[in-house]
Amino acid sequence: MFDLDRWREIFQSINKNKLRSALSGFTVAFAILLFTLLFGIVSGLSNTFKDAFVDDAQNSMFVRVWRTTKPFKGLQKGRAIQLTNEEYNYVTDEYGKKIQFKTARIYKNFNIKYRNKANNYNVRAVHPDHQYLEKTKVYEGRYLIGRDLKEKAKVIVIGRLIKEDLFGERPALGKRLNVNGISYKIVGIYSDDGGDNEERIAYIPVTTAQMIYGNNDHISQIFLGYNPNLNLDQAVAFGNQLERDLRKKLDIHPDDQSALSVRNMAEANKNVGQFMGILYAIVILVGSGTLIAGIIGISNIMIFIIKERTKEFGIRKALGAKPSSIVAMVVQESILITTIAGYLGLSLGTYILSLIGDSLEDDYFIKDPSVSPTIVVGATIVLIIAGLIAGYLPAKKAANIKPIVALSAD
Amino acid sequence: MIKIENLHKSYPIGKDSLHVLKGLDLHIKEGEFVSIMGSSGSGKSTLLNIVGLLDTHDEGKYYLNGQLIKDLNEKKAAILRNKFLGFVFQSFNLISYKTALENVALPLYYKGMGRKERLKIALEYLEKVGLKDWAEHLPNELSGGQKQRVAIARALVTKPKVVLADEPTGALDSTTTDSVMDLLKEINDEGMTVFVITHEEEVAAQTKRIVRLRDGVIISDKLTQQAKAV
Repeated sequence: MFDLDRWREIFQSINKNKLRSALSGFTVAFAILLFTLLFGIVSGLSNTFKDAFVDDAQNSMFVRVWRTTKPFKGLQKGRAIQLTNEEYNYVTDEYGKKIQFKTARIYKNFNIKYRNKANNYNVRAVHPDHQYLEKTKVYEGRYLIGRDLKEKAKVIVIGRLIKEDLFGERPALGKRLNVNGISYKIVGIYSDDGGDNEERIAYIPVTTAQMIYGNNDHISQIFLGYNPNLNLDQAVAFGNQLERDLRKKLDIHPDDQSALSVRNMAEANKNVGQFMGILYAIVILVGSGTLIAGIIGISNIMIFIIKERTKEFGIRKALGAKPSSIVAMVVQESILITTIAGYLGLSLGTYILSLIGDSLEDDYFIKDPSVSPTIVVGATIVLIIAGLIAGYLPAKKAANIKPIVALSAD
Repeated sequence: MIKIENLHKSYPIGKDSLHVLKGLDLHIKEGEFVSIMGSSGSGKSTLLNIVGLLDTHDEGKYYLNGQLIKDLNEKKAAILRNKFLGFVFQSFNLISYKTALENVALPLYYKGMGRKERLKIALEYLEKVGLKDWAEHLPNELSGGQKQRVAIARALVTKPKVVLADEPTGALDSTTTDSVMDLLKEINDEGMTVFVITHEEEVAAQTKRIVRLRDGVIISDKLTQQAKAV
């Protein structure tokens, strides 16, 4: 393998027969190029899908209510459903083990004012776990804590953009905001990957909101994070069970989606997972097809090359070449061409993918297309082995032709 | 050097077989300059191919340099060819993408000699056949006579025991034929066994012993004027 003279022979043979070397190289390069592009684009699609769900925790579940659309147990349809602390406590008591995080949500929209600057913002009254479910990153101060809820404290956590709107560059932590006429103390400032709207929200303790705005125990939504130890099927089952239980508890028709529904990320994950699985299966099918086409291409060209060189092999054998040395020469040449061409195809493919970059994200949902080195190395190894077999079989045959027959070949 | 006893060879043709060599006995000693004469179909090329280990025989015994040739695989045959035999073909059989010098050096590569050394030796042999200045030329830049001289240099470069020439002048005009035959004579004068196959009387006449073949059997085996002159 590391016989310098043999490599010299091979380089000479490649160099003096540029056309056929280029032809066989092109087949391989093209196959690898297509393979790289195909995988890159699909991984780009996959990235887009993953990103679509990155904002909220992957294991989140929302319990939402609206109006009934079906009469049930003598109750008219069109009845407004209201969640209260009772349901919240029921869920957490009943399903404690299946729940990792839990919070209620009350949606409000308030005018928030600091000195002479004011604006309308969404305000959510929540429990401390909300931080983890929404992936809120507090970078100054702290999030809401249990004591805030117990004391019904008038504290507020604001998003980065609210802080910028009202305070600009000046410090905001510890300052007091006027929220619809009531003074709240800023205890934390957060950022969020979910986009600008997510950073223009303020959070206050749920108990404070219930006391001040209506003095009741109403909540708008229950927001849960199911136990990550549950697998997707178990999580889906949990969501369905929760839906059934709550409908029963609130006297809602068991099939009334509008009155109460549980939006379960497990279902979405499952669907996306299945979709990506099918997509990858198609890609593997098409990708292997491309590789096989490449392999057949090399094999054909190698058979042709070896036929063309039969006489040369005859001469070499008459001069004392052993069959093994002829086989080794051809196989090494084949592997060399395959490897170099494969590498070229790969480089070109990665280059094109890097040119595409994120430019197709908006129109075609392809984000950051790229191929994992493992796949590429694997494909190249397949091609090298293919080159080896493609070179070996015909070379072995040619090397074993009697020199007298080989010499008379044209 | 070459000893053949009762040599038979047949080629299958469809269901039948063509009996080409029908029990040849031939003994060629070291340093001889032998020509095998015969019309086409007489079996002379088959004989050379068997002697040259390019083909196998069916029956009889063949000793090369005292060694019985039997059940050779390709690998052993290749080693023996490289060690004992040098070939000169009618169609030259030079490798088209190698220069004259590289063509001459090729047998030394298969002998396992280093590049520098084999190129040096190859150049010496090219000088010997008068083509030192053409060393870097490709075969298609050489005339027929020059190609054949390159081929002869290539046959000699491993210092073989026997040079086998299959119609070495078959593709050459009369002037170059003479120069090639002169070269073969010169080699023989230096002690090399030379074995020529030809159908040209003038060529055969320049060798020292003429063996005539017809229909697979030897019909005459005589020394020539050349041999008597020595």
